[in-house]
Amino acid sequence: MNQPASAYFLEERHDPNETHTLSVLVQNEPGVLARVIGLFSGRGYNIESLTVSETESQKHLSRITIVTTGTPMVIQQIKHQLDRMIPVYRVVDMTLTGSSIERELAMVKVRGGGDHRVEALRLADAFRARVIDATTESFVFEITGNSSKISQFIDLMRPLGLVEVSRTGVAAITRGPEGM
Amino acid sequence: MTDKSHDPNQMTGAAMIVRALIDHGVQHVFGYPGGAVLPIYDEIFQQSEVEHILVRHEQGAGHAAEGYARSTGKPGVVLVTSGPGATNMVTPLTDALMDSIPLVCITGQVPTHLIGNDAFQECDTVGITRPATKHNWLVRDINDLAKVLHEAFYVATTGRPGPVLVDVPKDVQFATGTYHPPRKSDVHISYTPRVKGDATQIRKAVAMLANAKRPVIYSGGGVINSGPEASQLLRQLVEATGFPITSTLMGLGAYPASGANWLGMLGMHGTYEANMTMHDCDVMLCVGARFDDRITGRTDAFSPGSKKIHIDIDPSSINKNIRVDVPIIGDCGNVLGDLLQVFKAEAKKPDIKAWWQQIAQWRARNSLSYRKNNDIILPQYAIQRLFELTRGKDTYITTEVGQHQMWAAQFYGFEEPHRWMTSGGLGTMGYGLPAAVGVQVAHPDSLVIDIAGDASVQMTIQEMSTAVQFELPIKIFILNNQYMGMVRQWQQLLHGNRLSHSYSEALPDFVKLADAYGCVGLQATKPSDLDGAIKEMIAIKRPVLFDCRVAALENCFPMIPSGKAHNEMLLPEEATDEATAKAFSGGKALV
Repeated sequence: MNQPASAYFLEERHDPNETHTLSVLVQNEPGVLARVIGLFSGRGYNIESLTVSETESQKHLSRITIVTTGTPMVIQQIKHQLDRMIPVYRVVDMTLTGSSIERELAMVKVRGGGDHRVEALRLADAFRARVIDATTESFVFEITGNSSKISQFIDLMRPLGLVEVSRTGVAAITRGPEGM
Repeated sequence: MTDKSHDPNQMTGAAMIVRALIDHGVQHVFGYPGGAVLPIYDEIFQQSEVEHILVRHEQGAGHAAEGYARSTGKPGVVLVTSGPGATNMVTPLTDALMDSIPLVCITGQVPTHLIGNDAFQECDTVGITRPATKHNWLVRDINDLAKVLHEAFYVATTGRPGPVLVDVPKDVQFATGTYHPPRKSDVHISYTPRVKGDATQIRKAVAMLANAKRPVIYSGGGVINSGPEASQLLRQLVEATGFPITSTLMGLGAYPASGANWLGMLGMHGTYEANMTMHDCDVMLCVGARFDDRITGRTDAFSPGSKKIHIDIDPSSINKNIRVDVPIIGDCGNVLGDLLQVFKAEAKKPDIKAWWQQIAQWRARNSLSYRKNNDIILPQYAIQRLFELTRGKDTYITTEVGQHQMWAAQFYGFEEPHRWMTSGGLGTMGYGLPAAVGVQVAHPDSLVIDIAGDASVQMTIQEMSTAVQFELPIKIFILNNQYMGMVRQWQQLLHGNRLSHSYSEALPDFVKLADAYGCVGLQATKPSDLDGAIKEMIAIKRPVLFDCRVAALENCFPMIPSGKAHNEMLLPEEATDEATAKAFSGGKALV
């Protein structure tokens, strides 16, 4: 054990990281998102993707979907830390439910002419992306799917004149009749 | 429109705040006035049910409220102004969060139309204090104020207790609205702390305890926070099982220091027997403690052969640092009650004679020993004499942070819970003096002693003025070694004895300082003077600054060096320069 002079035990953790998608049901009130994000930054947790919107306006409920990575112990900590916040109703680990659906939407702007333009359209068709804006020298595609499909599409657009991308982040829901 | 002018529940926001305090049984508020809270101070002036204790700095108000809360089990209440008033509260709020102390802090805020304008004495109070509180609120509408105030008290005092803050803009304090007394619907329905432990888990725990060969009970501040019944139940459990018990810094007093099964405190400066027992045990029952890094040492070598049971009200404390086998989520007192019942009904006291014999051998190492000295007062000796001379009295002890704090924990024997107020988690120098003010406000006839260091005490020494104004006869017992002792100790052990900025030149003359504040100054410089001076201090019914001149370079032992395990403690008689250097080095280059 070789550690520099320190008042703390400088431990390295070697557990492998896992990626989990968490759905968090919260009271939609001022500052609630800051609380959730502050927890992640304050305790050094990762946020890979974050999606927030009010889902039940009558009850002032918002649903936050967070994709995060960490060791199993850290993932468990994140869930407990979220769950003990006052405005948090429920935290569900969608990854552990084993049957959740994840979708993300992206808008992808591509600029170019000639063969590139034709190729972009052809690939968009293959990925079931829609054209939602067009000029003589550009397209904006709308594509929906899981994150890896979107990333793959973006990679393919890069050599064809990719200008910019806007992604929503992941939304998730479980299969079957039950709610969270 | 109906005429509401005669409705007694129609009142201003400022009046609502005072009314809510009264409805929650608050008798004392610690605070400091300023522009954004003047309407509330005007209400306080016009009533006599809530007494306001004027401090000299907002941080003092926060720590005083902490001392008040910890010694009474009731929430401490603080009232401060916007901007600097609020930012000065960040340290005590964080301190209370780390040690799970219920505080309700009310801050003034600039009027709502000025929020975000960088107005005079404006700051983003809820933003700044969000990670420093269990929860906080900015009240923009007078119609929300009563509800938020009631919820604030509920959140602070239930579940794992903690500090909360309510930020009230000045126009909301002036606005008129309808007050309502506390009701259930004031609280977020999403907030449902779990109190009762799972029966199956409790059965599992009992089976484990009943079959233990080398058990230990490791208790913490959660037992104290749960209330006096929890400490009684803990004592009964120790009695019923015959198990050895150790405790964290925060848990001292839950089990009496004079009890037969007491091992002393554990952790970095805990006793040898406590740490060895933890390391070699086969079943560990952790009650209301959180496997803090000062307790565990290196986590991968922490009690490697044991099954661990963990009782805690906060699910996020489970498996945070140390993986446990049987977690039980619930209030310590509630779970201990159930556990004890099941144990008595279904289990027998296991035979652990061999284990106690082993513990006796560790005890015989006498890890708290120190060499006697007839010329210079040793700090350990000073605490021992203070303990002996206050034994049997109605005494409360607070501390600052550093060597003196560890010596107090090691050498002052606590017999009852709620008698020991110290900053454990955050380690806030300057905690003890204002905390003593708060304790004395709650217990005006008791003997309240702040065991202090010469460096720590200067961080909040202005509160002596508060003690004098409110005739609070607190005793500030300063172990004066002219160093930031713990910093110096670490520099000696870890940084080649390069004492970078840990020596306090130009210390004040504490006796003259006491005189300047209008309290009493005493000094002891020789061991032979000590008893007489302590007795004199106890007899004086006014605030006292006691300048106890102690050995300058004494180190606090035993000690688990950083990066080491519980069974690698450095004992005082082994702490030669060479052994110390070896124990603390990862390689020679580091010495």
